[in-house]
Amino acid sequence: MTTAPAQAGWRFRQPSVIPGFGLTLGFSLAYLTLIILIPLSGLIWRSAALGWTDFWAIATDRRTINALRISFGTAFIAAAVNVVFGTLVAWVLVRYRFPGRRIVDAMVDLPFALPTAVAGIALTTLYAPNGWIGKLLMPLGLKVAYTPLGIVIALVFIGLPFVVRTVQPIMEEIDKEVEEAAATLGASRFQIITRVLFPGLAPAIITGFSLAFARGVGEYGSVIFIAGNLPYKSEIAPLLIVIRLEEYNYPAATAIAAIMLALSFLMLLIVNLVQTWSRKRYG
Amino acid sequence: MEVRVANVRKEFERFPALHDVSLDIKSGELIALLGPSGSGKTTLLRLIAGLERPTRGKIFFGDEDASQKSIQDRNVGFVFQHYALFRHMTVADNIGFGLKVRHGPSRPPAQEIRRRASELLDLVQLSGLEKRYPAQLSGGQRQRVALARAMAIEPKVLLLDEPFGALDAQVRRELRRWLREIHDATGHTTVFVTHDQEEALELADRVVVMSQGRIEQVGTADDIYDTPNSPFVYGFIGESSSLPVKVENGEIWLADRPIGLQAPHASSGDATLYFRPHDVELLDGCSGCIAGTVAASRRVAGTRRVELEIGGERQRVEIELPVGHPAAQKSRVAFRPGRWKLFPAA
Repeated sequence: MTTAPAQAGWRFRQPSVIPGFGLTLGFSLAYLTLIILIPLSGLIWRSAALGWTDFWAIATDRRTINALRISFGTAFIAAAVNVVFGTLVAWVLVRYRFPGRRIVDAMVDLPFALPTAVAGIALTTLYAPNGWIGKLLMPLGLKVAYTPLGIVIALVFIGLPFVVRTVQPIMEEIDKEVEEAAATLGASRFQIITRVLFPGLAPAIITGFSLAFARGVGEYGSVIFIAGNLPYKSEIAPLLIVIRLEEYNYPAATAIAAIMLALSFLMLLIVNLVQTWSRKRYG
Repeated sequence: MEVRVANVRKEFERFPALHDVSLDIKSGELIALLGPSGSGKTTLLRLIAGLERPTRGKIFFGDEDASQKSIQDRNVGFVFQHYALFRHMTVADNIGFGLKVRHGPSRPPAQEIRRRASELLDLVQLSGLEKRYPAQLSGGQRQRVALARAMAIEPKVLLLDEPFGALDAQVRRELRRWLREIHDATGHTTVFVTHDQEEALELADRVVVMSQGRIEQVGTADDIYDTPNSPFVYGFIGESSSLPVKVENGEIWLADRPIGLQAPHASSGDATLYFRPHDVELLDGCSGCIAGTVAASRRVAGTRRVELEIGGERQRVEIELPVGHPAAQKSRVAFRPGRWKLFPAA
């Protein structure tokens, strides 16, 4: 994730008298340069070598556009689904005490730990036309595996912990008295949730959304198994990059990657601006 | 609105927090629930609000049985110690919240809600802060907003849970006076919880002293201070000193000497003598008095507090002397309590 924009203006704010600012900032910059900036600028360097006309031709190629649309579209839908159900899961985990709560809590993290290819294969087996769930959906005319819908399902699986784990701690901090105050003022349960609790959680939910979304855009391992990878239909951008690499078409691969990078950075930047704005408001 | 608490018992997971508590609150009265922590005062307040349900017993608002009603329908204004403001809403939105969540014809139009909010802001002396967020206010200001928010719904009863507990001494005193003024101006039946006796005695029409889930005494500040009806109230309200004594034939004895106090109606046997440290008569000689060795002497504001060791068992009591009183220099002081009270030893 990108860091939040600096505190108003470009002046260094005098930190506390406790030393360490210079050292830690220096280390952070060196570290970020080494880990993130150098590889990414290499990417831009390579695609810049392509020349503007070639770059534009690759960028506006229908296959590229479709792949990008599928990648960003499915990631967006999956993140949106995760916002709803992830918040619900967090709510249940924070608010209720039930046998097995700790097991459910631990289960949320499994998508983090599982190799994504394993997840992809497992999901494909389930949702394939002859799989357990796919078999039930087939008569309804719903085809999941080998369609964009399958991609969404894989990304929902991958992104769930991001939403739960960002919303959960904020939810734990909610003051019970605020709910009680709203109740004494005559607010119904529904009004308390929508007007009092939800606005307080919004910044955390936005963060969870952006994390799940960013993860979904870059996801490769689980998706390629369930997507079917039909060009123009269910081919994701990361896969297209790999295909171009296998064709030794490095300029095309880096060009697509650079476009993905620019789009992702733009979206995360917007999310961050929304964040700072809401934080400034709610203090 | 009158509030009647009738034989209410409250248990939390089998642990009784209130035993059979009954209390009548008159319409327009300002009542303080006073007690140490764990005395059940906040539980009683929350039961009246409907934030808890009684295990047994009923609570009436007027003639209506409120214990069957939900919190939302009780129409009480509740002010929390830590304000519990909605931090994503402006001050005006906070105050208007109770009106905005109403349904149908009982909800005033938006303009009316705004007008009410700024009216209430005038009342709590925060005019012009409509657009601020709670994070931009000081603690005292937040509590004023919380009170305005509670009053916006025109509650039948106003309930305040340690409303000034989180504020510093200066602001507390200021808000105390101000709350009294608001109460006199609006006439809401008001119940507030506090563990600060000064606050309770100064502010309330009547004080309810609670201890260990029971009401010990209900009365005006004078009743509570001058005629405490239990050792607990005597010890809890104001300064007090106590000594173990013996009663024989209506005379009070300390160890083997009479101390010159008569208790004609007390039954003979062991008892505890309670008196106020400032309400003592200093004596020169000692035939029928309490005499002790000065163990410590401290200057407290306008008076000098002297700690005495009494008798062979070295019971310690405190008395207060005027600053500069010659007795403070002596190593032995004899005195007799002015107003005192005897409670049979438990």
